Amino acid sequence: MNALYSLVLVFALVLLALFGVETAHMAKLFGIGLPLVAVAVFLVGFAYRMIKWAKSPVPFCIPTTGGQQKSLDFIHHNKFDNPVTPCQTFIRMFLEVCCFRSLFRNTKVALKDGKVTYASAKWLWLFSLLFHYSFLLIVIRHMRLFFEPIPACIGWVEMLDGIMQIGTPRMYMSDLLIIVGVAFLLARRLWDAKLRYISLVTDYFPLLLIIAIGLSGIYMRFIAKVDVMAIKQLTMGLVTFNPVIPANVDVSFYVHLLLVCTLLIYFPFSKLMHAGGIFLSPTRNMPNNSRIKHHENPWNDPNIKPHSYEAYEDDFREPMIEAGLPVDKEA
Amino acid sequence: MADLPKADELFKSINYTPPSTGWMDTPVDCSPGNWCYPAKADKLEYLGFPNPRQWSPADVDWKLPENWQDIVHQGFKERLDKYRSLKVFMDVCVRCGACADKCHFFIGSGDPKNMPVLRAELMRSVYRKDFTMAGKILTTLTGSRVMTEDVLKEWFIYFYQCTECRRCSLFCPYGIDTAEVTMMARELLHLCGVNINWIMEPVANCNRTGNHLGIQPHAFKDIVEFMVDDIEEITGKKLHVPMNEKGHEVIFITPSGDVFADPGIYTFMGYLMLFDHIGLDYTLSTYASEGGNFGLFTSADMMKKLNGKMYAEAKRLGAKWILGGECGHMWRVINQYMDTMNGPADFLQVPKSPITGTVFHSAAQTKMVHIAEFTADLMKHNKLKLDPTRNDHIRATFHDSCNPARAMGLLDEPRYVLNNVVKNFHEMPEQTIREQTFCCAGGSGLNTDEIMEIRMRGGLPRGNALKSVQEEHDVNMMACICAIDRATLIPLADYWAPGVDICGVHELVGNALILDGEKERETDLRMNPLPKKEE
Repeated sequence: MNALYSLVLVFALVLLALFGVETAHMAKLFGIGLPLVAVAVFLVGFAYRMIKWAKSPVPFCIPTTGGQQKSLDFIHHNKFDNPVTPCQTFIRMFLEVCCFRSLFRNTKVALKDGKVTYASAKWLWLFSLLFHYSFLLIVIRHMRLFFEPIPACIGWVEMLDGIMQIGTPRMYMSDLLIIVGVAFLLARRLWDAKLRYISLVTDYFPLLLIIAIGLSGIYMRFIAKVDVMAIKQLTMGLVTFNPVIPANVDVSFYVHLLLVCTLLIYFPFSKLMHAGGIFLSPTRNMPNNSRIKHHENPWNDPNIKPHSYEAYEDDFREPMIEAGLPVDKEA
Repeated sequence: MADLPKADELFKSINYTPPSTGWMDTPVDCSPGNWCYPAKADKLEYLGFPNPRQWSPADVDWKLPENWQDIVHQGFKERLDKYRSLKVFMDVCVRCGACADKCHFFIGSGDPKNMPVLRAELMRSVYRKDFTMAGKILTTLTGSRVMTEDVLKEWFIYFYQCTECRRCSLFCPYGIDTAEVTMMARELLHLCGVNINWIMEPVANCNRTGNHLGIQPHAFKDIVEFMVDDIEEITGKKLHVPMNEKGHEVIFITPSGDVFADPGIYTFMGYLMLFDHIGLDYTLSTYASEGGNFGLFTSADMMKKLNGKMYAEAKRLGAKWILGGECGHMWRVINQYMDTMNGPADFLQVPKSPITGTVFHSAAQTKMVHIAEFTADLMKHNKLKLDPTRNDHIRATFHDSCNPARAMGLLDEPRYVLNNVVKNFHEMPEQTIREQTFCCAGGSGLNTDEIMEIRMRGGLPRGNALKSVQEEHDVNMMACICAIDRATLIPLADYWAPGVDICGVHELVGNALILDGEKERETDLRMNPLPKKEE
């Protein structure tokens, strides 16, 4: 049901762009107004969320350790799962952010022949990685629309992405892989009863939205064969705050653009903020050195004192003396 | 315990298919067996916790304060401002489900609300409604809901079916730590007077008597003397055990479970024999006679209050540094909280082993060394006379206690010690040990009999792994470094892997140690005859 709501929502967005541009002739709104607003919302919203998180202190040093601590000389220290220095912690975070290391550990539980079994389950890791890196490549490739002259590195990315040289125009691997990646994530969510049970509209919506963005992009490139130079005229107009709406831009571009703008606006208000949140996760971004170095809690209340020894001895002095335990104050 | 199903029946009853109703529409089951007994009013009064009263979770009316919704809302807001962890963990979960089958309670029960993601969603749903714009407007679409009495009851049931073991956190791509979420939820429940006696009574005891069992100083001394007598019977040597004495180099603090009950007492005897063997200048304390900090399961403030005793006593007695015994959550508190809350302990010195001269730089700030580190160092320097053949009747495996494993990384030190004192040692399957270890299902104050079925379900992964080494290698002893483990793993092993006993690492050290001037031993510390030695 939640998946269906999300699908309807995405379809509504597609129709909105189709009618808005074709019937209501609001190309300016969809091509200029909306993208500017979307980028502003994305940037401000992202920064706002990060600042909001960062404003709460980290009172305690609570990393989740994944290996042997730094201990005696003859015991091998697992530096990257149990870091003690900032540099080791950086590497742990790097592996987490760039290689999804925790997800790589994933196992799957099953009940077989009266036993609990654990099997390696790296599919989620693999397809998430495919999805995220394809997304990154696609974003980098799209940067050619926003630079004049186009930086060389963008050209290299494009060349690598299309290195298989299949078809004309050349097929990009990332186009294919992002669809495969997201389709897997969606199928997994629908297929696995446990996941279906926990999935909300807000879980399906971004997946379907990204699929729609991918498909509309592929449609533009291979079927509508849109006029890229005209689109670049529009994007350069946006970047230079000198907006123009060129003629001859296919309506599929506006569909694609509206979906992208929706994603940008939706991003800061949703779980997609995991992209920023991961950097602030105290269980991962802290070294396990609280036995070695002082960690300050800004709201540590100095008035909280233990039940004092004096009060304790007052309570038990007689029996303590009788038992021959030393006391500070004789009876 | 009477109506506990047989192990194989319980196993067959596990079903991972979620119910047909959505989780928000599936009512919470508050029937007996699903909860621990609520805290007694006098304990709450003594500690100054809110809303002390007589009540039962089976009742419809939980006698909550009139403005309980405000209390929860304000408490929630305050904690979002105080803890970045809570704020981030409420926002960044993508419900990828990587944690879903990592929780021992889910694996053994199949109850979807025991999936860590859904356990946290019980709280997130309220967070979205109360603290996010989208949640306020688009209720059902964003999965937000109003805090009702039923939601609070659901919190009580499921946040007391989490042992804060952090296994899910290890697998989460964002490091979302359900232990942290559970701690916050429990703090909020406490604000309304919804808590359990098995936590509050130990907290009250720790505060007054110094240990969670409520052992008074003279009784504590008696118990230690009994153990000294037992050691004399076994070894022919009478040990001297200093207590509450000033001017010793080291103060030794261990969980009081080691003083009180089988099989912890054998571990305690092991500590005493070790200290005598190396001539350690140490003292015990009756005032700081508990390493385990039940405050961790109530609130940050209470944790701080109880933990403060260790430093206070070290200072009063003029010790140079602190040696800590085998305990799970005690070490989480020491490693991750103690110096921040109770320190810096400038009156102490960086721990240095008086026997080997090793300086424990890894404890430079807290000034507190784990006994497994201490003993491993002694062994490395050949300072102990050991006869591992005395443990030849033992075929051991090792259970990594959750907290030292995942909130510290103490994995190889106890193994090093074990390998020096036991010849037959076998690891359980790799997905169930070291950082991936499974909880005893009785941690965080849940080792109480009224939820025995829940505990046995939660104990399935550990019990199953134990059974596999029992079948393959005839393992008959599971060593661990946690006093709660030593209490809870016994019924667990009896249920899932009958025939396996539980011990602390230092019990086996005690068996193997050759004390100066001891008589030829005929029994181990449990008074079981030693295996016949070959000529």
